[in-house]
Amino acid sequence: MSSTEVSKLEELANQEYKYGFVTDIESDTFSKGLNEEVIRQLSKKKNEPKFMLEWRLKAYRHWLKMVEPHWSNVKYDPIDYNDISYYSAPKKKPLLNSLDEVDPELRATFDKLGISLEEQKLFSGVAVDAVFDSVSVATTFKEKLGELGIIFCSFSEAVHNHPELVKKYLGSVVPSTDNFFAALNSAVFSDGSFVYIPKGVRCPMELSTYFRINAANTGQFERTLIVADEGAYVSYLEGCTAPRRDENQLHAAVVELVALENAQIKYSTVQNWYAGNKEGLGGIYNFVTKRGACRGVNSKISWTQVETGSAITWKYPSCILQGDNSTGEFYSVALTNNYQQADTGTKMIHIGKNTKSTIISKGISAGKSQNSYRGLVKITKKAENARNFSQCDSLLIGDKCGAHTFPYLEINNPSAQVEHEATTSKIGEDQLFYLNQRGISTEDAIGLIVNGYCKEVFKELPMEFAVEAQKLLSVSLEGSVG
Amino acid sequence: MNDIANFKNTLTSSFTDFEKSLNGQSKQPLHSIRKEALANFEQAEFPNLKNEEWRYTNISPLLKHSFNPLPAVLPLMYDDIQQFLLGDTFNHVMVFVNGRFDENLSKINNLPDGLIVKSIATDVEEDDPNVLEHFGKYALSEGQIFTSLSAAYTFDGAFVHVQEGKIIEDPIHLLFIADARKDKALIQPRNLFIADKNSQASVLEHFVSLSEDIYFTNTITEIVVGENTYFDHVKLQEESKRAFHISRTVIDQELSSNFTSHAISLGGDICRNDINSKFNDKGGECTINGLFLLDDSQLCDTHTLIDHAQPHCNSHEHYKGILDDKSRGVFNGKVIVRPDAQKTNAFQENNNIILSNEALINTKPQLEIFADDVKCSHGATIGQLDKEAMFYLKTRGIGEDIARAMLLHAFASDVIKTIKLLPVRDYVEAILTKKFNQ
Repeated sequence: MSSTEVSKLEELANQEYKYGFVTDIESDTFSKGLNEEVIRQLSKKKNEPKFMLEWRLKAYRHWLKMVEPHWSNVKYDPIDYNDISYYSAPKKKPLLNSLDEVDPELRATFDKLGISLEEQKLFSGVAVDAVFDSVSVATTFKEKLGELGIIFCSFSEAVHNHPELVKKYLGSVVPSTDNFFAALNSAVFSDGSFVYIPKGVRCPMELSTYFRINAANTGQFERTLIVADEGAYVSYLEGCTAPRRDENQLHAAVVELVALENAQIKYSTVQNWYAGNKEGLGGIYNFVTKRGACRGVNSKISWTQVETGSAITWKYPSCILQGDNSTGEFYSVALTNNYQQADTGTKMIHIGKNTKSTIISKGISAGKSQNSYRGLVKITKKAENARNFSQCDSLLIGDKCGAHTFPYLEINNPSAQVEHEATTSKIGEDQLFYLNQRGISTEDAIGLIVNGYCKEVFKELPMEFAVEAQKLLSVSLEGSVG
Repeated sequence: MNDIANFKNTLTSSFTDFEKSLNGQSKQPLHSIRKEALANFEQAEFPNLKNEEWRYTNISPLLKHSFNPLPAVLPLMYDDIQQFLLGDTFNHVMVFVNGRFDENLSKINNLPDGLIVKSIATDVEEDDPNVLEHFGKYALSEGQIFTSLSAAYTFDGAFVHVQEGKIIEDPIHLLFIADARKDKALIQPRNLFIADKNSQASVLEHFVSLSEDIYFTNTITEIVVGENTYFDHVKLQEESKRAFHISRTVIDQELSSNFTSHAISLGGDICRNDINSKFNDKGGECTINGLFLLDDSQLCDTHTLIDHAQPHCNSHEHYKGILDDKSRGVFNGKVIVRPDAQKTNAFQENNNIILSNEALINTKPQLEIFADDVKCSHGATIGQLDKEAMFYLKTRGIGEDIARAMLLHAFASDVIKTIKLLPVRDYVEAILTKKFNQ
């Protein structure tokens, strides 16, 4: 490679995180620390009914007995859970009906993020429940969805307005005692999104939430619960960007999906949180529990994720295939650069008869990053005729990075058919040469090849996301070649 | 917890008796290795399911028995062992009864020039520098409870040394006979194979039992494959179906060496095989194949590790399992490609067939890659016999049972046909034919 190319690459590599800015809004923040009093205060602040407080306290008491897990293939400094403030809300809580009443500064932030609410409202037909530092700021299209009986609101609202649904489904997929981070989330979650699609309703638009971490030192604990009743369909988008910070921020979210008979849930994520600087300083710790339960016959849950951000990504969106003929899918692109670490994959638990699952995972490691796929396919004794296909490919860019695969296959039924394949390779020199001699620069060629490599996953994403994901990938890869 | 303490105490306290039985040998340098290993054994943790390496294999049934580390050795006649000699085709045969070398039953008088085959106990007495140079250098005992147990009670085993430039045409048959008719024997053969530069040899390790009794085989084999050397290793395990079999094979591969391994596991109640190969220099080639055929309540756990520590090496791995009744199979195949081990090719495959509702397989092919210019892949499949193939055979007038036998045989023969030692291949084929046509 010529020296000019190298310098150009260096320049690109040194690019600052595009979304690294802090919005200066007065925040109402709890002092640091975690104890029962903090949880009571939090619950009181949010005006929660008694059952929520009890649920939180139960989770907290259990959490105290748990030990932080360390089996993953990632390394990080110990987290001091008493050095985190568990609540931060913009002080002027806007209880607004129209966007015009939203704090202008906040609006500007959304504009910078490229999700101008008006624009989305007007052109894209996407209802946005924007989460700005834990408290829902504005919810659009609620009325339109309301006509169909669809509930799409912040979690706090759901607790007030639909306590029976919350009570029934909260923790039914990810129990409050499930794991260390899920228990922590259950105790202190501040807000999140709640979706309920009634029987036989096909949600006419893609539902979307933009997460954003703002005030310094506030871990964000989101909780999402999506319930698709019999025969319902919903596609849900989750996307994140966060301002740059030098201290690591913990993000321990929980996402629960419930699909009843013949229901279908499609959950797509584009994750681009601050990944730390070139030296690996700062960045978000993304320790998330995501799980979906296909409860009914013929139900289907599909996870699609594009993970490019975060200093550490540690999550396994999973499917519990309880209903007969139910289907679970997992499509993932995980890209790590510089000092990023990712340990991600999925769990497919086959319980019902004729259940099917597909896993397509594409890992790309560049720089000095470590990228692991860890997945479990479990066919239980009664899961007759279960079928699984898994494919995990890794692409290595540079010789200082690592790619690892840890697939676990546990098969307890002779009628199961399980296939797993994995490959690891680098971008072919002949491929690059071919594109170069057609006049395509190495940088572009790599973008092209990587996008082709990820195509199987991108085609599962909704249109708007697919475009964003491709852009993200090229931006994240910039400077990794040389 | 008490069981573990008992297990350790019994074996630690027998050590004094063992020392006495060594006569003059306890003065030798090897004895310090034994003592060190004993200390490691006392400290090592007994594996439980929380240990990732033992995640699917519950070894605690071992604790229910009290094994004798100094088992009785009854005299055997040629007629007793004739059935295990694979039709008497091999010219070099070493016979071990309960881990002790039996010179009368063995056939090692007629060795070609450049091949040394003897009991490791004699070799130690003769102060062979090779033993001190290589013994215990590859299968490290620290933190490994079974390896340290073996090292602490090291007494006998096979020592095979192929000298520089020698090509040994005849394979060496090592027959390990377990005889637990008298007591619950703890049998610990400890083998060391050294193949010097530019040499070639093949060794068959063969584990058999005289009766369907309970005993515990804990065997370690260290293999040094020198520069430009070709070494072929076959391990045929036909232990009693009530026995415990734990084996560890550690291979050290030098420049441009070529190593092949076949492990056929048929017996044992609980069987655990560890095969670790490490490329210590460039240009190495390593093939690790295996087959496990299980029924009843057998459990067979295979852990392989291929360590690509150096560039320009190739490894191929293919394991197949057939599981019937309530048997359980575990396969964990790990490939590490270290930083700078560029131009590595590593391929791994694991295929399993489950024949019954109660059988269970856990497989975990694992890749850890730290270099970019590599081609690595792994695949795993689990299923039943191909329905279409079955249908095809039936349309040709072949009955269900025979068709099933044919298909299973074909499935297994992918691995068997790569065994280079013809008598072994025929022997295994015969076992399969008998088994599937029952």
